[in-house]
Amino acid sequence: MQSSIIGSSAFLRFLKRWGVNLGIGLVVLVTIIWGYIVNDKVTVAVLASTVRQATPLVLGALCGLMGERAGVINIGIEGQMLLSAFIGFLFNVWTGNLLIAVFAAAMTGALLGLFLAFMSVSLRMDQIIGGTVINILALGLTGYFYQAGLVTQGKLQPIALGSLAEIPLIGPVLFNNPPITYTAIVLVLVVHYVLFHTRWGLRTRAVGEHPRAADTLGVNVYLMRYANVIIGGAIAGLAGAFLTLEAVGSFERAMTNGRGFVALAVMIFGRYTPLGAWGAALLFGLASAIQTQLQFFGTFNIPHQFIGMLPYLLTIIVLAGFVGRTHIPAADGEPYEKE
Amino acid sequence: MEDKKSSHLIVRRILAWLAGLWQSLGVPLLAVLLALLIGAIILQISGASPVDAYSALFKGAFGSSKNLGRTLEKATPLIFSGLAVAFAFKAGLFNIGAQGQLLFGALASAFIGFAVKGLPPYIHIPLALFGGAAAGALYAAIPGALKTYTGAHEVITTIMLNYIAINITDYFADGPLKDTSPGNIVARTPAILDSAKIPSIQSIPIGFVLAILIAVGVWWLLWRTTIGFEIRTVGLNPSAARYAGMRVAFTVILTMVLSGFLAGMGGAIETQGVVGRYQPGFNTGLGFDGITIALLGKTHPLGVIPAALLVGAMKAGASQMQFSAGVAKEITDVIQALMLFFVAADMIVRWIFRIRSASEEKVILSGWAQGK
Amino acid sequence: MAENETLALEIRHVTKRFPGVLANDDVNFDLRRGEIHALLGENGAGKTTLMNIVYGLYSPDEGEFLINGKKVEIKGPHDAINYGIGMVHQHFMLVPVFTVTENMILGSEVTSGPSLDLNRARREIIELSEAHGLDVDPDALVEDIPVGVQQRVEILKALYRKARVLVLDEPTAVLTPQEAEDLFQVMHQLTDKGVSIIFITHKLKEVLNVADRITVMRRGRVVGHTTPKESTQSDLASMMVGRDVILQVEKGAAKPRNVVLEIAGLTVEDERSIASVKDVSLQVRSGEVLGIAGVQGNGQTELVEALTGLRAARGEVQLDGQKLPFENPRFGTEHGLAHIPEDRHKHGLVLPYSLADNLVLCTYYQKPFASNLQRNDRAVDRNAVELIERFDVRSPSQYVTAGTLSGGNQQKVIVARELSRPISLLVANQPTRGLDVGSIEYIHNEIISMRDLGVAVLLVSAELDEIMALSDRIAVMYRGEIVTVVDAGQATREKLGLWMAGLHPGNA
Repeated sequence: MQSSIIGSSAFLRFLKRWGVNLGIGLVVLVTIIWGYIVNDKVTVAVLASTVRQATPLVLGALCGLMGERAGVINIGIEGQMLLSAFIGFLFNVWTGNLLIAVFAAAMTGALLGLFLAFMSVSLRMDQIIGGTVINILALGLTGYFYQAGLVTQGKLQPIALGSLAEIPLIGPVLFNNPPITYTAIVLVLVVHYVLFHTRWGLRTRAVGEHPRAADTLGVNVYLMRYANVIIGGAIAGLAGAFLTLEAVGSFERAMTNGRGFVALAVMIFGRYTPLGAWGAALLFGLASAIQTQLQFFGTFNIPHQFIGMLPYLLTIIVLAGFVGRTHIPAADGEPYEKE
Repeated sequence: MEDKKSSHLIVRRILAWLAGLWQSLGVPLLAVLLALLIGAIILQISGASPVDAYSALFKGAFGSSKNLGRTLEKATPLIFSGLAVAFAFKAGLFNIGAQGQLLFGALASAFIGFAVKGLPPYIHIPLALFGGAAAGALYAAIPGALKTYTGAHEVITTIMLNYIAINITDYFADGPLKDTSPGNIVARTPAILDSAKIPSIQSIPIGFVLAILIAVGVWWLLWRTTIGFEIRTVGLNPSAARYAGMRVAFTVILTMVLSGFLAGMGGAIETQGVVGRYQPGFNTGLGFDGITIALLGKTHPLGVIPAALLVGAMKAGASQMQFSAGVAKEITDVIQALMLFFVAADMIVRWIFRIRSASEEKVILSGWAQGK
Repeated sequence: MAENETLALEIRHVTKRFPGVLANDDVNFDLRRGEIHALLGENGAGKTTLMNIVYGLYSPDEGEFLINGKKVEIKGPHDAINYGIGMVHQHFMLVPVFTVTENMILGSEVTSGPSLDLNRARREIIELSEAHGLDVDPDALVEDIPVGVQQRVEILKALYRKARVLVLDEPTAVLTPQEAEDLFQVMHQLTDKGVSIIFITHKLKEVLNVADRITVMRRGRVVGHTTPKESTQSDLASMMVGRDVILQVEKGAAKPRNVVLEIAGLTVEDERSIASVKDVSLQVRSGEVLGIAGVQGNGQTELVEALTGLRAARGEVQLDGQKLPFENPRFGTEHGLAHIPEDRHKHGLVLPYSLADNLVLCTYYQKPFASNLQRNDRAVDRNAVELIERFDVRSPSQYVTAGTLSGGNQQKVIVARELSRPISLLVANQPTRGLDVGSIEYIHNEIISMRDLGVAVLLVSAELDEIMALSDRIAVMYRGEIVTVVDAGQATREKLGLWMAGLHPGNA
């Protein structure tokens, strides 16, 4: 009896926290089913594109939330993605080995993560400015070293997961994707498990909420912050690799186009949880996918500039609507000083 | 007796001021040196000669009175974007959106410049100038209001608004306001009328003089008025500002609006003094440069002037460098980012050069949590 | 040798310098097994610094430690925990959004495979809490439990790590007198089981009640050792301060006149619409001090913030017969309300500003400090010079920043700013928290002389002694409600303590 009361109040709490998100999810689900009945080909195409568009966003959001759960605001994700995309591309051009190229991209992201951690943890610089330094530096470095006419050596191809890929609707959308897209989904689950079910996660969250408390219990605040920001950086590096090695196949100046910042909105919309971020990323991915479809068909007579700014508008709306309702790690953005 | 005491105090104030000057100016100067040094290393690594590159850069910026004029011309909008960022910074706001506000300013001033006909220059020039400034101010009010009423952090909203501004101005330049003169296929507005153009006097652009006057005005506003006191208090300690009965929300929006006003005016001056019309792609990066310039100038309105001159010189000299030393001009972006890093990471610079820390008013930018 | 073995902890010649301050100067201290050793001193005497060094949070410039007679090096809290040292900090080191269990295991996690084993941890915590009679709910979120229980969690945290030496830093600051008695019981139980306790405090009565031995610190040095048997309160006070201290604030009888502040049905709710102040009605008259007693966190902060315009509220408040609007601090400033805020760094001062600017923080826009929008620096300067002199602020000039002053002088700047205006109501929240005895005396005298000038004073303090010393009437607050209002003459510590725990006078 008692447990069922507790159960129902827990359910209510869950509803209160996630109700809006669940509502949106339900609407989207109904729309998808309806779309599939009306026109299955377009629906599958849009959804498959949604999953792929969501990939860099969810990876960027994972990077952001690992840092912020540990108390480091990372607004340099954009720069991390951009430089990683570039370095990954260069390695692909030089070696022709996509695996090495992806690895190089991830390492680039990690290295920039190290730089950010150095600025915000060791130098105790203003973290917002630290991230801006990374963004401007990445823009400058890629601009300076970029040479037109570099020829790519191919890109990552979709891998169909056997008979799973043949399930109608779900198969082509979820089980016939290129490797980084799969990796992103796996990472969502891994980061969720690590953050909420392991010693590492407990310490990470403690460091982001109350670093001094963690310190008094022998938890190394600096180490946790460094490690999370660096690992997050590697994940942002994967997002960069996705752009040049999986999606486009080549590099263009400033090709990240604000995805690093949109990822932050995705992180906030997802309430600093990996699963939530994934849901939010899919929503943004859907917006982009629909936008591409609209541009492709040109059925509506809307100037392309207005369609082009949809993801950015959506980001602002999400931020405005959700930032005040989310619990933000209490020590987010605050440098920790031992003495 | 009273006089002696007060003159003694004045001397002490001046001495303290001089010591403070080195403590606060030392870091930016050395940051520039370190950035140039690392830039040289990058040049060396990429197979270019740093000496050739830097001397070409220098000649291109200061080699002749024409080059010098170009430096001043390049520095002019940079002073404005630097002022815009520095000004917002004083209230603890990081206006990365100077870029978007500047685009709207440039477009609005171009529109007034070509569409309003029959005005004498002394009316047409300020009309277009203030029209541009007002457009920037209005656009900047959006992130200000979003921050105040919803807690959405201005860093993300202003960046998103930058992308939106690019799209909207692009739409106008390629749509309703497109230059329909025969032979034109690119997206751009018609040329502005001569009556709206800001002239140069002996290679000194009038716009540059105006920029300096505005910088002094900003300084006056910040340190000599009650509004400035409110802005600075909100930036240093918003809780204390509330305690003191200041209207924090209003001050945040007002600061953003004035910041956007400055950025918009920068765009207008670029249109009326240099480009002569609005054309997408002609103003890229000016807003982002504002961040470097503001921090390099220690977010002080008068510090922004030399910082903008430095970055302006790098821009003016970059083409010469690319032409005669064969170095891609993007290296100046790298050097700028390094300058930004070393200024922001003043701990490193102070540690390398053993400079004591200045007891300056340090604004802390709000994280997400303090957004509301 | 044999004597050495009975020492649980020995601190030898510890020196610690902070920029501009010698926080610990050649300090020696020892702790016998199973004793309660009180470390007594004023705020800023260096007690907490010393204990933070023992706990590995600070590294000493000089000095050494012996545990059970063996020399050890403590490089961080991790080492301290391994050597069996546990510390309950004055400001609790608990993560508010974590459960009790998560807080307990943090840093010493129980795992099965890579996963946290929360079930096992929960069982261990229940066992431990039963063994020591410290009742806690392992699944409760820390932010949802009262401070008294949070303190239990802190003590259990140390015991969970098998602490043999327990440092308690000002543990009674958040407790009612009765809760403090309970805590002393727990402390004696622990020492019976062989735990040794260092009890940091500045409260003389408590020291005489519970300590086995007493060490007194002043300005970073140990100035004396004694035992409760050999000393009295006034001995300890003069040892602590370095001169004779008058323990009583001298004041005449109050002459209350008209009602200045009239609060009727005031309710304050937070974002989650949980009321922190519930339907409070109070009156404060001209020429009297109304003290609000209560364990901190019972709505006092919210009440003060509602009155001073910093927080939204419902209800009716009148100041001198005029309706006081909420969320409008400036109305108060302009209608004779002075506010000494609880947190001088958050609300009271802009630390990077000069004293001159801080002294006009609320009136900067008024004549003569500004006309129209333009500031008048001369007037601002003149005002500063005058107030620094009048309120005895120790500062090289009016141009130095507020951040460079000591806590006592910072508080004097606030007092100078607030009391130099024509006022009819003074709202003072924790006006002496963290100050040295000299500054405390000064501020107490200022408050009383304001009262004697006919100002109505609303005083909020978590220090029961301060409330009893200054108030003419005392209101007791518990969970957002006023339990009772009594004349100061009728209040005893015991009665106040019961009311502070929520017992209504009728039931007690």
